[in-house]
Amino acid sequence: MADSSTTLNRSSGPPKTKVAPWNDPKVRGFFFQVVLLVALLWFCWWLFANTTANLERQKIASGFDFLGTTAGFGIIQTPIDYSETSTYGRAFMVGLINTLIVSVIGCVVATVLGFLIGVARLSHNWLVSRLAAVYIEIFRNIPLLLQIFFWYFVVLRLLPHPRDSLRPFSDVYINVRGIFTPNPVPLDGFSVVVIAFVVAVVAIVFLRRWATRRQESTGQTFPVFWTSVGLLVLLPLIGAAVTGFPMTWEYPKATRFSISGGFTIYPELAAMVMALSVYTASFIAEIVRAGILAVSHGQTEAAHSLGLRNGPTLRLVIIPQAMRVIIPPLTSQYLNLTKNSSLSAAIAYPELVSVFAGTVLNQTGQAIEVIGITMLVYATISLSISAGMNIYNKKMALVER
Amino acid sequence: MRKLIGTAIAATAVAGLAFGAQASTLDDVKAKGHVQCGVSQGLPGFSNPDEKGNWSGLDVDVCRAVAAAIFGSGDAVKFTPLSAKERFTALQSGEVDLLSRNTTWTLSRDTALGLDFTGVSYYDGQGFMVRKDLGVKSAKELSGAAVCTNTGTTTELNVADYFRTNKMDYKVVAFEKADEVVAAYDAGRCDVYTTDQSGIAAQRTKLKEPGAHIILPEVISKEPLGPAVRHGDNQWGDIVRWTLNALITAEEFGVEKGNVASMKDSKNPEIRRLVSAEGTMCENLGLQPGCFANAIAAVGNYGEVFERNVGPSTPLGLGRGLNELWSKGGIMYSPPFR
Repeated sequence: MADSSTTLNRSSGPPKTKVAPWNDPKVRGFFFQVVLLVALLWFCWWLFANTTANLERQKIASGFDFLGTTAGFGIIQTPIDYSETSTYGRAFMVGLINTLIVSVIGCVVATVLGFLIGVARLSHNWLVSRLAAVYIEIFRNIPLLLQIFFWYFVVLRLLPHPRDSLRPFSDVYINVRGIFTPNPVPLDGFSVVVIAFVVAVVAIVFLRRWATRRQESTGQTFPVFWTSVGLLVLLPLIGAAVTGFPMTWEYPKATRFSISGGFTIYPELAAMVMALSVYTASFIAEIVRAGILAVSHGQTEAAHSLGLRNGPTLRLVIIPQAMRVIIPPLTSQYLNLTKNSSLSAAIAYPELVSVFAGTVLNQTGQAIEVIGITMLVYATISLSISAGMNIYNKKMALVER
Repeated sequence: MRKLIGTAIAATAVAGLAFGAQASTLDDVKAKGHVQCGVSQGLPGFSNPDEKGNWSGLDVDVCRAVAAAIFGSGDAVKFTPLSAKERFTALQSGEVDLLSRNTTWTLSRDTALGLDFTGVSYYDGQGFMVRKDLGVKSAKELSGAAVCTNTGTTTELNVADYFRTNKMDYKVVAFEKADEVVAAYDAGRCDVYTTDQSGIAAQRTKLKEPGAHIILPEVISKEPLGPAVRHGDNQWGDIVRWTLNALITAEEFGVEKGNVASMKDSKNPEIRRLVSAEGTMCENLGLQPGCFANAIAAVGNYGEVFERNVGPSTPLGLGRGLNELWSKGGIMYSPPFR
């Protein structure tokens, strides 16, 4: 009560008497902030001290020296050079890259699939929209882990043994051990092709700018898309022809047990990409549908009355406006997909959780360090995705003039 | 308000002290009235639940024997199923009091992981299982094969060492759960299934056609499996170690589940000490007299435990081999009860 009367006195006029410091709201506020901060710091210190003391008492190794010692175990999918004699640090990198591989492929496939299904869901064709609805309701409502098992164990069982591989082309083998294709091996002079590709990309950027400016000043359009595709294909091809196609192929061969050599897509990766993208696509489809429905029907009518057909209306009027609604929830889906990739441990896909928080943790026993690093990595990946999507969102946001 | 904060700080400080200075494991176990034992998620013959949720197996019997030694009843035990990956963290963090989960005793586990192994309950070695129709007769022919195994096991490391030493290629497909390894092997994802020989015998019973697979003759590693406890509590470690030794000694001296009650009248001083008719063996461990007799009464001696769970009359059909008593050609050996 004393507090409120002081406040009343002050608000009604300048204070006549000096307020005691313990009755001054500013001082009190500051005091409690300090108390809270001290308590928090003390708590953190206590946690740290307690943990180190317990580790010391139980003689459990601690520190990060283990990252430099020999791992001694094998990993099936190694995008960078790795062998049993490599270090735990190297094993960590392999796990991290495998996580990124499955996440990036998953995000791309999920986005394409999600947009197609989302648009199909709004189709006037009864059958198409019903099929899209069934897809969404099935895949959105079954737990992801079950879907992963479905893709891995059911699809795995359907594929033949390596000896009876499916061979859609003479040098492509599909069997229960994966998809084996010839692997391109660059020879000397391949850099010319790479340079030609980079030139094509730069040229496309400038072409787009020029085409936009021309359309704004004269109203004439230019077929940017097809020209870009032409540039991307033709320039590297010319580069390759000039240097005499500096590339050879490494072909997969049948061995006693399986197929070896060439480029391999392991069934673990395939199953993870399928499960993650099919599952996430069902959510993205709903987000896309919501985004399109959020654009008022008047926009469609206005576009039609300007003489735009359905396709260009969707592409030029509806989607750009819908994107503003779509991007923020889409970011969440990308984050979910990346984090869900940690379920791969269940089907032996060697990503970060399986390799590092699994095998490495078990061999070294340093749970705190390993789990700490793993959490930090996921936080970093997620924050990077968020940052990237925020930049994109800013670009797409309504520019108010 | 200040009083409240003061109380809160005092409470946290007390909680901190309580957490910092842990009571001994034996006191904890006595206070809660049961032993919390970490076992596998289902390995026939070693630790496997039946349809009613009752656990049985060789590893489970070690847990029951320890419980009987402390409480007089082999049922004063609760089981925590653990994957290979989770097991050490569960023991380190105090979630389980005892880890009896076909775990190999190695130097790094004994030191860097903060564990103490308290003996060997089963001498094992790593082997390979392949499909008969592959026509493979020896592990030396396995170059280029895909190998299915568990993550976080010595198996994963041994197989890497073996293929490296013999300059052979391989692809390792490592799953977290044993059931998934078996399912993937059965589906043809791998040519080879590898784990400890006892594990292979156990998992083979789960395959669609157990008869279509053979176990290769090579044994590529030493796998002494045994119970483990946290480092630093020697009393608790001694209890587990000597309970296991009691089962082995009991077999050596012919003390069985059926006759342990009458052994108090035995003339043999070693037997008399084992069943607490003489000496203060149990008291030295901080237990009640008759602790070992209770353990033997609950599960039988080591030979009985072996026969009941993994022996020739069980689906696993394993012979005693190295696990025969030292006096009968094996290496099962207990220090004396003196």
